[in-house]
Amino acid sequence: MHTKTLTELSAMLQAGEVSSVALTEHFLDRIEQYDQDLNSFITVTREEALEAARAADERIQAGNAGPLTGVPIAHKDIFCTDGVRTSCGSRMLDNFIAPYDATVVEQFKQAGAVVLGKTNMDEFAMGSSNETSFYGPVKNPWDRDRVPGGSSGGSAASVAARLAPAATGTDTGGSIRQPAALCGITGLKPTYGRVSRWGMIAFASSLDQGGPMAQSAEDCALMLEVMSGFDEKDSTSVNEAVPDYRTQLSQGLQGLKIGLPKEYFSEGLGPEVEAVVRAAIEEYKKLGAEIIEISLPNTHLAVPAYYVVAPAECSSNLSRFDGVRYGYRCDDPKDLQDLYERSRGEGFGEEVKRRIMIGAYALSAGYYDAYYLKAQKVRHLISDDFRKAFEEVDVIMGPTAPSTAFKLGEKADDPVTMYLSDIYTIAVNLAGLPGMSVPAGFSEGMPVGLQIIGNYFEEARLLNVAHQYQQVTDWHRQIPEAFKGQS
Amino acid sequence: MEWEAVIGLEIHSQLATNSKIFSGASTTYGAEPNTQACAIDLGMPGVLPVVNKEVVRMAAMFGLAIEAEMGEYSVFARKNYFYPDLPKGYQISQFELPIVGKGHLDIELEDGTTKRIGVTRAHLEEDAGKSLHEDFHGMTGIDLNRAGTPLLEIVSEPDMRSAKEAVAYMKKMHSLVTYLGISDGNMQEGSFRCDANVSVRLKGEEEFGTRTEIKNINSFRFVERAIEHEIERQIEILESGGEIIQETRLYDADKDETRSMRSKEEANDYRYFPDPDLLPVVMDQAVLDAARDSMPELSDARKARFIDQYGLRGEDAGQITASREMADFFEAALEVSGGSDAKIVANWVIGEFSGALNREGLSVQEAPVSAAMLGQLVKRILDNTISGKIAKEVFEAMWQGEGDADVIIEQKGMKQVTDTGAIEVMVDEVLANNPKQVENYRNAEEQKRGKMIGFFVGQIMKASKGKANPALVNELLKKKLDS
Amino acid sequence: MSLGPDEVKKIAHLARLGIREEDIPEYARNLSDILSFVEHLGEADTEAVAPMAHPLHATQRLRDDVVTENNQREKFQQLAPQTQDGLYLVPKVIE
Repeated sequence: MHTKTLTELSAMLQAGEVSSVALTEHFLDRIEQYDQDLNSFITVTREEALEAARAADERIQAGNAGPLTGVPIAHKDIFCTDGVRTSCGSRMLDNFIAPYDATVVEQFKQAGAVVLGKTNMDEFAMGSSNETSFYGPVKNPWDRDRVPGGSSGGSAASVAARLAPAATGTDTGGSIRQPAALCGITGLKPTYGRVSRWGMIAFASSLDQGGPMAQSAEDCALMLEVMSGFDEKDSTSVNEAVPDYRTQLSQGLQGLKIGLPKEYFSEGLGPEVEAVVRAAIEEYKKLGAEIIEISLPNTHLAVPAYYVVAPAECSSNLSRFDGVRYGYRCDDPKDLQDLYERSRGEGFGEEVKRRIMIGAYALSAGYYDAYYLKAQKVRHLISDDFRKAFEEVDVIMGPTAPSTAFKLGEKADDPVTMYLSDIYTIAVNLAGLPGMSVPAGFSEGMPVGLQIIGNYFEEARLLNVAHQYQQVTDWHRQIPEAFKGQS
Repeated sequence: MEWEAVIGLEIHSQLATNSKIFSGASTTYGAEPNTQACAIDLGMPGVLPVVNKEVVRMAAMFGLAIEAEMGEYSVFARKNYFYPDLPKGYQISQFELPIVGKGHLDIELEDGTTKRIGVTRAHLEEDAGKSLHEDFHGMTGIDLNRAGTPLLEIVSEPDMRSAKEAVAYMKKMHSLVTYLGISDGNMQEGSFRCDANVSVRLKGEEEFGTRTEIKNINSFRFVERAIEHEIERQIEILESGGEIIQETRLYDADKDETRSMRSKEEANDYRYFPDPDLLPVVMDQAVLDAARDSMPELSDARKARFIDQYGLRGEDAGQITASREMADFFEAALEVSGGSDAKIVANWVIGEFSGALNREGLSVQEAPVSAAMLGQLVKRILDNTISGKIAKEVFEAMWQGEGDADVIIEQKGMKQVTDTGAIEVMVDEVLANNPKQVENYRNAEEQKRGKMIGFFVGQIMKASKGKANPALVNELLKKKLDS
Repeated sequence: MSLGPDEVKKIAHLARLGIREEDIPEYARNLSDILSFVEHLGEADTEAVAPMAHPLHATQRLRDDVVTENNQREKFQQLAPQTQDGLYLVPKVIE
């Protein structure tokens, strides 16, 4: 059963070929069997999942089920889940039982989806390798000496290993697309404002966006229909109708204009990754697409701008974790300053502390203009690059990441090198555009992702473009040998 | 050497909304601790703010009232600092683009002249919670009910030159926000409070001296005293060759002095930046038109109308319209009284009623005598049921809760005697009992008689226990004495 | 830009982060590396460019002034490290 896509499982449930309880038990058993080693889950909610599965079976029986009713999924542990520990991968929230549901959690609940548990992640979504998690690193199912990418590494690894048919993720600088690429699954970061941020623990508010991580574009479409939409609780949520993403999947790509930014194929890109991506582009030519070379001249400024804007916002967003109302409090604080400094010093890991300090510095008196304001201006330049490009092309394609998954510990001591692994994904967040990563092949046994970037609110087009490719390739159906198991 | 004070005020006025500025929690005062602090107010992980529509309308009304510049967009910014009553570790406020820009407010000085005080800006922000320092096993308790209550912070130019001017400005601003209905102005509950920036300089000098900030003053009396003390303190230091340290000071009402708040004041670095959870707030023509339509008549306009429509003296009209409650009270009482004599109603409102309020330290709403009760009392004076003198007794009885005017007049038998026959009997009796005075009167010159008749009137009023109609008494007396 | 130990301490205090004395040199090195890296921003000509705070050119939506939240103190305070009589407790705040 675990080799099936979300769409296939949905059809089986609707047809009564399998019960949600049986399906849920199957995935829970797989988690039990494999996850000790993989470490893709922080919390497994077995009891709640089985209860939801029983309710879903009744709903299917009663004939008022939706396409996701009874389908097991997993949530990144950044989404608040009422009554369930929501840790955000941090010691700070190790004891935090969320008192309410994130809108995304609520949407899947309404749809009748069954939540298997909460997936591992980089602490407060700050990382590109899942090594900053308080709960230990996640391993890449394709090679357990390697990282799964981050920050949604647990979601990516669990889907790649088929411990969950699909999962939610969040993407602030590539945190859905990069792990999707490194684990060989399909992931979509929607347009900023498309998916509600209510209850999604904030890292960098003007960049954060939740999205689906699944086996195929079709599965992502199914999930996105549930996840997106206007939410009055989020001031940055956009009141724009949610299209029927699935019906648009089947359109042909004849005449599609694909832009290839020359900056995405320059130094820093691994030759084998480039070869895989170029081969995928060839596939698109066969499907009738037209390839146009374009330029996004400010690409080299995206990572520097990001590492001012994101830390600045995070330094403020994470001030609420102060040991007063919830979360970690140090033992025997001797006074208020001690309470703050030790609770935060002990509750946060190194990378989080580094970013808070960078952000505090960039916003502080005398540095604001040179760092924060400058970065916001550069953000404008980057956004303009895309605006101009989309006057010429329908979608932009390139690699998702410059290399395949690196070894655990390889970049852990060198933050700047780590930051550069998001070089192709970050600009999309700064501009607020939708972007996808699609499995496009392998390099030395490790998956390579093709990134597809669309114009604002053109998720339907992205999904269509990805789906058509997945009709003629089967990279997305590959499962790592160790996790094939009996279906 | 002659010194001159330079004073600017930052007034924090809570806005009278039902719900908080960024959440749907109630703003009602006095609830059990933390029962009105929702997930947003508590800064729970993942929560997001949405702006209350009412605060934008209220700010627009305020801006129109002080003839302020208002840009099309205003932006919320985060002011970052750690304090236990600040749940998110930042306060959502406005920094670079406030909702209300430059405006002004005219105040009246003691010599009757008007002075224009500049308003630099007014911005929206959220209030913090409260720290309770009673001993909880040596710890401080935090109540976050107030966290997220909307505030309008009104920043003045350093245009005031004395504590009296500062108080006049604060009173006028208090009157304005309560007139507009955007704040309940309740100073005891902290709905209206201010910080004062005070410096002194030699008269004639251009440059400002080093200023100190006196925090959180919540009464008009304290503002005046705190500023006066601070001016004296600064002058004393400067005259003895010392230097003023820029610092935050606290006014201690018990000791009647200001003292330094923090000995090792660390430079605050608030790291303001635009709040990425919120978008620019639009103040377009539609918002302004709606605000203009909901504007009530303000004090200056109402004063002019009271003079024009009711024939009140300027000073009386000014006193009554200084607060919206008093002006509303006056008009309601006038209507009940029959509306024929505004001056007598004004006299009662300014005299007995305001006197009683001051005596007992009550607000208009808290007064035991309602506008309807006072109006009825005046009506009874005008229809000659009682005399003005008796009316004062009736008023006292109403204030003591003995009922309304008619009930008290009836119960105490205070009705005026207007029966000519009955008064004539009393007049005859008094004249018969005072033959000497009658003789003196008749021998006196015409112009002295007016004064002398007062004696007889007094005797008759005494005999009637104040109930005889004075006009009738006068008339009858004159007839009998002059005959 | 290169940060020395004193600056690291100052920033850590500003952000209320307790860091161990022995970790300060590594923070200084890492933070300096990151700052040098982001200083590439200086290469961009932004003379005529407006800062962009938000990806979408939207304006703030306003909420009706209605009370929608009820008292959940008990639920919320179960999460708190220390409370008494409905109050959150912190070490004594000295004014």
